Amino acid sequence: MEKIGIYIHIPFCSSKCYYCDFISFPRLDSRIDEYINYLIKEMDLYKEWLEEYTVKTIFIGGGTPSYLEGRYIYKLLNNIYENFNVDKIEEVTIETNPGTLNKEKLRIYKKAGVNRISIGVQSLNDRLLKEIGRGHTSIDFYKNYELIRSMGFKNVNVDLMFGLPNQTLEDCQKTLEEITRLEVEHISYYSLILEERTLMNRWYNERKIKIPDEDVEREMYHRGIEFLQNKGYNHYEISNFAKDGLECKHNLIYWQIKPYIGFGIAAHSNLNQNRFWNYTKFNNYYNSIDERKPPIEGKEKIDKKMEIAEYLIMGLRLVKGINKQEFINRFNIKVEDIYGDVLKKHERQGLLYIDDRWIRFTPRGLDLSNIVYVDLLPD
Amino acid sequence: MQKIEQTNVRNFSIIAHIDHGKSTLADRLIEKTGLLTDREMQSQVLDSMDLERERGITIKLKSIRLKYKAKDGEEYILNLIDTPGHVDFNYEVSRSLAACEGALLIVDATQGIEAQTLANVYLALEQDLEIVPVINKIDLPSARPYEVKKEIEDVIGIESQDAPLISAKEGLNIEEVLEKIVEKVPAPQGDTNAPLKALIFDSYYDTYKGVVCHIRVFEGILKPGMEIRMMSSNKNYEVTEVGITTSKQESVDRLEAGDVGYVVASIKNVKDARVGDTITDHYNPTSTPLPGYKKVVPMVYSGVYPAEGEDFNSVRDALEKLQVNDASLIFEPETSVALGFGFRCGFLGLLHMEIIQERLEREFDLSIVTTAPSVIYNVKTKSGELLSIQNPTNLPDQTEIEYMEEPIVSASVMTPSDYVGAVMELCQNRRGEFKNMEYLEENRVVLHYDLPLNEVIYDFFDALKSRTRGFASLDYELKGYKEAKLVKLDILINGELVDAFSIIVHEEKAYERGRSIVERLKDEIPRHQFAVPIQAAIGSKIIARETVRALRKDVLAKCYGGDISRKKKLLEKQKEGKKRMRQIGAVEVPQEAFLAVLKYDEK
Repeated sequence: MEKIGIYIHIPFCSSKCYYCDFISFPRLDSRIDEYINYLIKEMDLYKEWLEEYTVKTIFIGGGTPSYLEGRYIYKLLNNIYENFNVDKIEEVTIETNPGTLNKEKLRIYKKAGVNRISIGVQSLNDRLLKEIGRGHTSIDFYKNYELIRSMGFKNVNVDLMFGLPNQTLEDCQKTLEEITRLEVEHISYYSLILEERTLMNRWYNERKIKIPDEDVEREMYHRGIEFLQNKGYNHYEISNFAKDGLECKHNLIYWQIKPYIGFGIAAHSNLNQNRFWNYTKFNNYYNSIDERKPPIEGKEKIDKKMEIAEYLIMGLRLVKGINKQEFINRFNIKVEDIYGDVLKKHERQGLLYIDDRWIRFTPRGLDLSNIVYVDLLPD
Repeated sequence: MQKIEQTNVRNFSIIAHIDHGKSTLADRLIEKTGLLTDREMQSQVLDSMDLERERGITIKLKSIRLKYKAKDGEEYILNLIDTPGHVDFNYEVSRSLAACEGALLIVDATQGIEAQTLANVYLALEQDLEIVPVINKIDLPSARPYEVKKEIEDVIGIESQDAPLISAKEGLNIEEVLEKIVEKVPAPQGDTNAPLKALIFDSYYDTYKGVVCHIRVFEGILKPGMEIRMMSSNKNYEVTEVGITTSKQESVDRLEAGDVGYVVASIKNVKDARVGDTITDHYNPTSTPLPGYKKVVPMVYSGVYPAEGEDFNSVRDALEKLQVNDASLIFEPETSVALGFGFRCGFLGLLHMEIIQERLEREFDLSIVTTAPSVIYNVKTKSGELLSIQNPTNLPDQTEIEYMEEPIVSASVMTPSDYVGAVMELCQNRRGEFKNMEYLEENRVVLHYDLPLNEVIYDFFDALKSRTRGFASLDYELKGYKEAKLVKLDILINGELVDAFSIIVHEEKAYERGRSIVERLKDEIPRHQFAVPIQAAIGSKIIARETVRALRKDVLAKCYGGDISRKKKLLEKQKEGKKRMRQIGAVEVPQEAFLAVLKYDEK
């Protein structure tokens, strides 16, 4: 049976971070109960579809899933266990924010089978946290982290950001040092991207805030990589670092374009070259489910050419790169037969490293990946 | 069609300054004569190109046939031939005036006569046309119709005491205008029995009919089945259709001396129906072609190149099609090291150039790159050769040049006296030589300057408008050539000379222009994987330099919740942007960068 990853979107949080453009509604507590019921109904619609799959990973993301009472998480996970094939399940992750966890919630998570906790720390500098609209402090993190460990969770991820307004190289370094001292299993260290329609982007355009210039920002990245590698973390994806064997299995499904299904508003799915995504508005989402139709707003059929392009674009995010033999196994053609010229061009420009078995980004290529990606996209 | 005698035909056009209400009056005349029902009546019928409507100016002239029952009880045919109103299009005006016996002169009751109006009045007077003055916008509180009447008499010397006072916008006194046309514009007097003599005053390519020529028949008869001859090329064609333009094209069985209409013949190649040519009967030709066809001399040249991935041949096809409507557009193939194969085009002026560019992009859906505009310079080399240079690339090395001459125009700027200082400062900055100043009336002034044409073609008109809050108007004509210290300013991108950016400038202006161009280019050229130096140079001497810093980061945000589609959209956007770039050596230059050179930044 083919393996599948399940994503569940929880569009609720306590406050909107200034850089956030995900679908999430702060303090919309009145709609939580109803939403969870619809999530359950949505899953039921897919019951037959998913009979031929076995669930490998579950990822509850948001928003802030830990903002919800624990019983909702239990209800959702339990519904999956009851309706889908889960005997081969390997990883169940929940995203949390410092300050939202307590012993009771964690106990329920444990009981619900959660085995990986991801914490949105972003930085341990309280001034920076405040400036980016995070509703927590470093103390909140330390307290929650201790609680997580005391409840026996053995796989913890910490999300960190660099390139934040007024952030310095020292800030980054300090946060990394403290986090690694805690021996967390996994670290996401990612660059702030100013997305349109965010407060922060507006302030930036109005010149109310400054962000570190590109040279400093890249220095933060490069130094971060070096530091984390020295501390025994594998740099396995552009922004991700893990202790041996503790890479995030759910995200690997995305990067390898394997099957995944997303439940909840704005969730994305990929099944057999079919890409589809859900409504982003509650009402549309609810109405569709009431009519017992999957709440799909749009879909895209991925043809062979596009599938190959996506495989390379996503696969190159992995630091080890694309395995040429695996490519042949999947597509029955050599990658050079399709992209020979593009690969050579970027090898020459020093963005790609290519040998007999692997194609991967050089360190410079990781900084300039879009230049390669644009050439990989079919016309 | 019921036959109407020549004595009851009136062929006229309308002369007016931009904004003085020409199109609105044309609409009213059409409405009043009942040619179109209200439903058909669309504002400003004659300006049919989108571009014309947007800019509020007429570029292509057209004709329309109106029927009017005058107070004397007789029915008249009034052929209105529209004229463009911008300084660049004097030729088109002269062409349409040549087809008429009279012209309405519209003068804004609040503004009086403008320099532009004068130029066209003189064109009309040269053609012996009867001028019928009309005072418009009398509904406005600031209207001063009696002063304006006096101004017309003083400045132009035509009797205007009985000029209709109208408001085209409000539809006031329109009938009076129609009566004046009947009364004052002479009827045509061509001999119907003489050999055919017809003037092409407009022509265009129609996908179904082929080339359609708008004509004025001066002598003889034109009907389907006839074998006609174009007198400039001596080529013969069989007439398949003749007709008149009312609210649409209506075919008729014949056109006679005095008529305005159109003719379709078996003309396949658009080049064979040149505007201004005379059509005659192949078997019974006239001995003398019509006068009034002035060969136009382009004043401004620039390179037009297909953008990356665009086809050279489709650009040529498009230029050919535009040319049939626009005899003033000339072009020939040329090559540029930076841009590959393209065309050197000659234009009447900057506005004309912009219009052609926009039409290529809009009507033909082409993506093009244009190089900096240039004028024609005379160059005397040390070996005694005399050269005419309009492409800076062809300028000989500085050491081989004995001297250079640049074209000078005599310009008249009409402005409210409040802005005299600002206008003088602008003309001074543009190396103008002050000639004299006349007071038209207490607070209106005409300034006469001799200006180098190469200063006028860079943004002069815009600068003038912005310094006078839109009140000044400009008219100019070529005066002659004058020796000047000119140099070729080159732009180097990443160490490579980009010929498409080269311009010829006055020595004293070179540094300032070089500085402004490299600064603009710095903003237009995207960051690359390497630092890109942009330099301005005269010969081997670098006079300005900027650097586009190397790109350090070009990444997408982390993939969230498997939303690959969104990532792809961002990449596709980036890819689309790349397609609109021109590859120059290792550097990708967006099309906008080529426009950067056209702007004259005055701080």
